[in-house]
Amino acid sequence: MSDVVAPRRRGPSVAAWLLLPGAIWLALFFVVPFYSLVATSLFDPNGSVLSGYEVTWHFANFSDALRDHWRPLVRSLVYAGIATSFCLVLGYLLAYAIAFKAGRWKTLLLVMVIAPFFTSFLVRTLSWKLILADNGWVVDALQAVHVLGPEDRLLATPVAVIAGLTYNFLPFMVLPLYASLEKIDLRLIEAAQDLHANPFVAFFKVTWPLSLPGVAAGTMLTFIPAAGDYINAQLLGSPNERMIGNIIQNLFTTTGDYAAAGALSVILMALILVLIMTWVRKAGAEDLV
Amino acid sequence: MSQAADGSRDLTLTGVTKEYADFTAVKSLDLTVPQGEFFALLGPSGCGKTTTLRMVAGLDTPTTGSITLGDLDITYAKPYQRPVNTVFQNYALFPHLTIFENVAFGLRRKGVKNVAQPVEAMLELVELTSQARKKPTQLSGGQQQRVALARALINQPEVLLLDEPLGALDLKLRRAMQTELKRIQSEVGLTFVHVTHDQEEAMGMADTIAVMNAGVIEQMGSPVELYDNPRTAFVANFLGRSSLMAATVKEVTSEYVKANMHGTVVSIPIERAHVREGSAWVGIRPEKVLIAAAGTPIDAPGNHIEGGIVTDVNYVGVSTEYLVRMPWGQEIGAFAQNTGHQDILPVGSQVDLSWRPEFAFLLDSDEDPNAGKEEQA
Ligand SMILES: Nc1ncnc2c1ncn2[C@@H]1O[C@H](COP(=O)(O)OP(=O)(O)O)[C@@H](O)[C@H]1O
Ligand SMILES: [Mg+2]
Repeated sequence: MSDVVAPRRRGPSVAAWLLLPGAIWLALFFVVPFYSLVATSLFDPNGSVLSGYEVTWHFANFSDALRDHWRPLVRSLVYAGIATSFCLVLGYLLAYAIAFKAGRWKTLLLVMVIAPFFTSFLVRTLSWKLILADNGWVVDALQAVHVLGPEDRLLATPVAVIAGLTYNFLPFMVLPLYASLEKIDLRLIEAAQDLHANPFVAFFKVTWPLSLPGVAAGTMLTFIPAAGDYINAQLLGSPNERMIGNIIQNLFTTTGDYAAAGALSVILMALILVLIMTWVRKAGAEDLV
Repeated sequence: MSQAADGSRDLTLTGVTKEYADFTAVKSLDLTVPQGEFFALLGPSGCGKTTTLRMVAGLDTPTTGSITLGDLDITYAKPYQRPVNTVFQNYALFPHLTIFENVAFGLRRKGVKNVAQPVEAMLELVELTSQARKKPTQLSGGQQQRVALARALINQPEVLLLDEPLGALDLKLRRAMQTELKRIQSEVGLTFVHVTHDQEEAMGMADTIAVMNAGVIEQMGSPVELYDNPRTAFVANFLGRSSLMAATVKEVTSEYVKANMHGTVVSIPIERAHVREGSAWVGIRPEKVLIAAAGTPIDAPGNHIEGGIVTDVNYVGVSTEYLVRMPWGQEIGAFAQNTGHQDILPVGSQVDLSWRPEFAFLLDSDEDPNAGKEEQA
């Protein structure tokens, strides 16, 4: 509001002191690791755990990494994109129902959305391995109705990996969507109906645009971790579904090729940043960036 | 759309009741709003005005009763299918759309191809042409109010509902917008149903006022009718001010009802007497009461009561407002125009009061003489 009188300035020192904890936090947990990651990506690729590593500004690490690993990189973005789309559709329906239709069950339903966080990510994904197992009831049922052939399986397929990603990151979609939908003044929807919009049109002309900040936040919070995830591909997929996270993990922990792992990490980060920026622009919620 | 036999498209509510789980907000309401009228629904906060409007708009469904436009029953029609639009109490402008798009919203939904011209004409009517590209939050309250009006009006509804459209504006702006609204209504010739709790606003703008209290219509009529001839104590007190004095009916002639009021016999015109026998309340508006120092002649023949004592004097410039204690202990208001013919009477003065018989009214003694006093804005 423009006519609110600004409070009297307290001088720069107070502001500086208030900013200090945040600045220390960022320096310790963002700037330092980020620097170290970028430095790693520029190591001499011939280094090893035994001979040691050295920053040699070896930019060819990036092109080498892309050449060797572009398939899992693209696959990661595609899987994450599909999982995010599923999360958006499911999450929107869920968040909409909780925000507008749940009445007194609202709190309970919200608790149920975050309830999976009470057990570990790993355990939850492992239990999906049991559910989707070749002799499990899901496969049996799908085979019985001939959706799956007698030799078809779910485990070790892209379906299982994408389903796992969708399941694991759904709450990250639902919560921001809910926060955004819950804020919408119902009188605006009534006004739309009063102005000759049927409920369907009222949704697309009023509810949906007003929920775009939640859509933007939810897709970011889902897409970013999904694109970097390796647990789902490892537990629910086969080598054919390996994602970039699996490659990076393998390069770091098994091969010891720190330079390639670092380069891939930086590439992934840059790609995600570009995709997200483009998307958020498009969603018209610039104030989030 | 069909027309009534006489071609008119009056809005009619018949026996409309709205019950919530533990509360009846509107009780068996009967109401006819003639086509093209500026109609005011006046009542204190919480009396069911918004609920009534929402049922006409289709945002709520009556528990029982019916709503018709001409001979078209719209009781259960969807809000987006009725030829009715609303100016909401809080405006409810779409925050993500420009002023232009807010105003164009209804036309676009109806599939109108070229919206630019009508939208610009409408923005001109409400004097907002220069604001077309702004978002609602960038406008002042008065401007937002006019956007809300334009957004509803552009659809040329048969009935425009306005829910306390001026309630959020300061007094000066409110008075200016009242004139403006009235001008727009006569220009477009649509039926306006204007909800307000401000009796001055209702009286200044409306052709017909329905006074609503606790979910029922107390009385309906032109501002003059309601003011001069209230049928209930609530109307007498809520619309302006009244003094109500206990009396007993003595005699009924073809023109007057005569009543004994604490020893003085006063006459009330028969068409303003809503009781014919037994005990009753004699009502009189303070500006109709003439006041003079005891013993001096009052230049109006009529009901004459002696023995008053001035207990309060409030000089407000154009008039002086007296409170006079009568011999029976009741305090009665008397407003004297400051014409310069009369000195101001100090507190404690012995005075006589008088009023012309045609100005008094007579109410049923069952009425609560204080009804509507507290609710008055
Ligand atoms: N959804 C509802 N449930 C229960 N009571 C309601 C509801 N809506 C309104 N009321 C009650 O109905 C009465 C009339 O409300 P309203 O029509 O908004 O009054 P007004 O507009 O005259 O101030 C109020 O006492 C209000 O508390
Ligand atoms: Mg109201």
